[in-house]
Parts: sequence; C-alpha cells; structure tokens
Amino acid sequence: MSAGTDPVTDDLAADAPAASGGFLGEALHIAFLTVVPILAALVVTGLILLAVGVDPIRYYGFVVERGLLSPSGRQQTLTRMAPLLFIAAGLIVAFRSGLWNLGGDGQFLLGAVAAAALAPLLITMLPGWLTLIACFAAATLVAMVWSLLPALLRAYQGVNEIITTLMMSFLGVSLANVLVKLVFLDPGTTVPQTRTLAVAERLPRLWDTTVTSGLLFGLAAIILVHLMMTRTGFGLKLRMVGANPRAAIHAGLDMPLLTVAVFALSAGLIGMGGAVDIVGIQGNVRADWNPAYGLAVIPMVFLARMNGFAAIGFVFLLSMLWIGGESAARRIGVPHHFTMVLVAVVLIMLALAEWLDHRFRQRRKV
Amino acid sequence: MSGLFTQVFFAALLFGAVTAAIPLLLAGLGEQMSEKGGVLNIGIEGMMAAGAYAGFVAAFQTGSLWAGFAAGAGAGLAVGAVMAILCVRIGLNQIVIGIALTLGLQGLTALLHHIQFSRTYPRLPAVETLRIPWLADLPVVGRAMFDQHPIVYLSVALVGVMAYVYRRTQLGLNLQAAGDKPAALDVAGVDVLRTRTVGVLVCGALAGLGGAFLANVGAGLFVPFLTGGAGFIGIVLAMLARGRPIWVLFGALLFGASLSLTTALQVGGINMPTDVIQMLPFAAVMLMLVIFGRHAGLPAAFGLPYTRGER
Repeated sequence: MSAGTDPVTDDLAADAPAASGGFLGEALHIAFLTVVPILAALVVTGLILLAVGVDPIRYYGFVVERGLLSPSGRQQTLTRMAPLLFIAAGLIVAFRSGLWNLGGDGQFLLGAVAAAALAPLLITMLPGWLTLIACFAAATLVAMVWSLLPALLRAYQGVNEIITTLMMSFLGVSLANVLVKLVFLDPGTTVPQTRTLAVAERLPRLWDTTVTSGLLFGLAAIILVHLMMTRTGFGLKLRMVGANPRAAIHAGLDMPLLTVAVFALSAGLIGMGGAVDIVGIQGNVRADWNPAYGLAVIPMVFLARMNGFAAIGFVFLLSMLWIGGESAARRIGVPHHFTMVLVAVVLIMLALAEWLDHRFRQRRKV
Repeated sequence: MSGLFTQVFFAALLFGAVTAAIPLLLAGLGEQMSEKGGVLNIGIEGMMAAGAYAGFVAAFQTGSLWAGFAAGAGAGLAVGAVMAILCVRIGLNQIVIGIALTLGLQGLTALLHHIQFSRTYPRLPAVETLRIPWLADLPVVGRAMFDQHPIVYLSVALVGVMAYVYRRTQLGLNLQAAGDKPAALDVAGVDVLRTRTVGVLVCGALAGLGGAFLANVGAGLFVPFLTGGAGFIGIVLAMLARGRPIWVLFGALLFGASLSLTTALQVGGINMPTDVIQMLPFAAVMLMLVIFGRHAGLPAAFGLPYTRGER
C-alpha cells in the first residue's frame, strides 16, 4: 500500500514480488489468499442465512446442484458466462490502465440495443454470418462512442472518470429504453420489445448442448486481452499509465491518446458483451431490461487480481451462483439478490486477507 | 399548451422537486464532508439502502416518522462505521470496499424485506406536515416550501450549518487538511484518521437519513432497490459543488426538478416516456462538466489511505 503510486490499483494489482519460495510457492500463496477469503465469506453469509431462518447447507447445496451439477443448469451457467466474459475483459483493460470505467451497464445495454436493432433488419438482406459480424461491429462502435465523452474529459480536462462514466451509464440505460420503446419497437407484439432474431439465425449452439458458441468468443476475448496486457509493448504502455501516470508522461507516452484508446477498448469489449447476449442468447431487447451485469462483474475482476485466466474461473463462479441463486429463489424462497450479498462479503474478506498478508510480510521483513 | 402551465402544474412540479431533492441534498452533503477529508465514499448508495430499509421498518413498527428517521440515520451510521474501520483505520481500497458495501447492502435489504414482508408492500400513513402560517398560503411556492415535514426544513438548514463548519470551525479546517495534505495535519498534532473517521461517520448518518426520507416521505413504502442511484447522484453533486454546501443544494434542486417533471407533466395531461425525462439531470451534469470541467476540484490526497511515515 505505497501511497506514492496510483491510489486505486496498487492494493489489488498483481504486484506481489516473489520474495521467496519461487514461482510455485508464490502461486500457492495466491491460491491460499483466494480460497481462504471465499471460505470465510461462505461462513459469514451462512450465518446471515441462519439468522433469517434458512438452512445454509441446504441452500448452498441447492445452488451447486442447480448451477453446476444438473446438466441443464450447467449449460445455463456456461451460456450466462458469454456476456460476462466480455465485460470482464473490458474491465481488465481499464482497471489495469488505472482508469475506472464504472459505466459498463450503459455501454452494455446500448451495444445490446444496437445489435437487436440491426440483426432482424440485416438478416433479410445479408447472409447469416455477415449479419452477426455486422451486429458485433455496430455494438462495439456504439459502446465506444458512448465512452468517448468521459475519455476526452479525462484525457484533456482531467475530469474524474468515475463520475462521468457513472453519469453516462445512467444516461445510456435510459437512452436504451427510449430507443426500445420509441424507435425500434416491434409492431408485431403488444409487449414493448425489439424485433426478435429467430433462434435458427442466432449464434450456433455448441455441439448438441444449449450452450451458445458466444462462450468461445468470450473466452477468446479475455485471453487475448490478457496476452495484450502482459505480453505486448502496447500492454506495457497501458500498465505504465496505470502504475504511475507521472512516470508514463516522463517516459514520453502520449497520455491523452492512450486514455482514449483504453476507454475505446474497454467500452468496445463491453458493447460486444451486449451483442453476444442478443445475437447469442436473448434474440431481442425487452423494454426496461437491465441485467446490471457491470457492477457484479467488477468484484470478480478484483478477485482475479486483473488476471484474465483467473477471471475466467471467477466469472464461472459468479455465473453458477447466479443461475443456482435464481433457481433457489423459486424453490427455497431466498431472493436471488442474496448472491450479491455473497459477492460483496467475498470482496471485503479478500481485501482484509490482502491487508493481513501485507502486514505479515512486512513484519517478517523487519 | 396554455392549459399546461397553470398554477396547479407549477405547484405540483415544485412540490415534487423539493421532495425529490431532500434525499439527494442529504447524500450530497454527507459525501461532501467525506470527500473533504479525502475519502471517496462509493458505498453511499448502500448506506442509503440501509437507511431506507431501517427507517421504513422503524416507522412502520412504531408509527412514528421520527423513529424512522432516527433508525435510518443509525443504520447509515453503522455502515459508515464499517467503512471507516475498513477504509480509514485499515486503509483498504476505497473503491473496492465502496462497491462491496453498495452491492451487499442492496442485496441484504432486498433479502430482509423479502423475509419480513414477502411480496407485500405496506404503505405508511400520509406524512404530517408542519404548516408555516401565512407563507404556506402563497400561490405556487407555498405548499412546496412551507407545508412540508419538519425534516425538510432541518435538511435545508443543514446547508448553513455545514458552511459554518467548513468556514469557521477547527473541524472544518482539519477536514480540509486531511484531504489536501494529511501529513501536514499529522505533524500539527491532529489525528488524521480520527478526522477522516468523523467525515465518514457523518456521511453515513446523513446518507441513512436521506434513505429514510426517500422511503418514508418520498415513496411512503419500501421496495428493494428503492434508492435507484440517488447515492451516486449525491457523489456527483459533491464533486461538482467543489466543497461548497450551497451548490449541493442548488444541484439537488435541479436534479429534484427533473425527477419530478415526469409526474408534473402527467398532472398537466402530457404523457411522455419517463425515460426521456430521467435523462435530463444526467445530461445536464455532463453538459456542466464539459463546460466547467477544467475546474473540477478534488482534494489532493483524494482516495488515498493515510499511513503515518509512508510517502
């Protein structure tokens, strides 16, 4: 927790130096630092469940059964992962560069609406694969445009991006609703929603399961982002910006350009998440639809310490908890909002564990 | 159109604006104090949710709005204490903990409400107002400004109190220093962590009170996710006000007016999608940022935990 570097990333960024024990020891150490907080959080949330009169073992057993063990639940979990992986990839780009893109929900929904508006229209003129590509491109572009104002304000005026992205997120969610209700409304139904892309024309499913092939795109996106951030010169520049903006300026990096690039990449990936949800899973956007994935994925990215591969695991966990939790809401009567409580407690426990570990190491050094 | 802009329309608009502005004002004033001390409180949305739930339950059980407000402030204070321990004392990342508090408390209040009321949403009785003689009879502004629950007057008076605290008191100076140059404050012999803790606790209590107002006066009932971004608007107000409580009040009224425009337009007989009007305040803020962005002033040590001896 050195106050000299960027205030926001240094706690959780992958900065643990391999002081002793080598690579394996370090990996074990990080695994330990991840598993213990999760177990602690399960205990704490279990106590909350007990307090409201629900058997925690039955609840968690049910969530795992429905989210992971049952074939249909497992397929739903994997399908839900597709948009979440894109969002996680977008957040990793921003957070590793020290920029707080908290406007994921607006970018996601506008990307989704762009894809939903285009897909049923284009499918009548273009071959299926070209339609899908066009939808992805449109969603990416729309989300990028939506991030431009916060990016420019941050790059040239130094306006804090937390508030601008939040504002643009609220604006984007409302605008998406306006577009669905007024512009792209399907005249064929009484339900306010966009025209529906037929199941046969959506992204193909994987083999003979119900899992969307969007999952593969999501996996590819997050792995590519991880490799870009850790293995390329461009990624190094971005990480420099995140670790120490002053040093980055001193090294001659074009900060405004990099800032705009980070926002464009981050928002574009999140917009693609919207596209994959529409052309892969939903088929249309209903009015007032806002799954609020953005805020829930942020903790997963922290838990993964902004590592793309680890993020895949945590997104899977979140997806499973979500699907299992929705099922449990119907059967056990615990509202699915409880999943949010669990995620929050995990996050607090993780931060505490990092702090304890930091102190323990310092004490050993002295 | 001449039929639209009647006294009834403006009276309804103004009344709604004031009612919608009070929670934003309280959240903004709280966030302002926390930010002055250098602590970014993103958990304020969760604090408002906690205040809204606790405030509603207390008012519902006891039948007294004042008990509800006390409970709301108390709940917010409790969450503020958690935040102070984690982010000020221990020095954990303020954004991480803030997001965790917001997520966790929104979920927890939804859970508790579900356990307690299942799918019913009982309403509180209508608010008893404190009518100020003469002034309340003024056309248009009378009902909005002078026929409200006493807590409304107190909240507006709080703006003056805050301005006084920042200008004239030791605490105000200490807070400013804790945000700008904590090391200097430390050298001067003042406990930085204690100063910041005060800021966060006040912020929690005010946010909780704002949440309770939102549930008990604004809506008259509690539904999960009732706060709907009010806390985030509070953060924006505090950042735009640049340390001046009076600007928080102006900003809150602006936001309140656009929030109440929907209902007022319906009273006036015009049906517009609510989403269009909900965009207005946010668009206004973005416009203000584009115009005045260069001057957005935040404390120098904003968001940084303070550890004695570290540079």
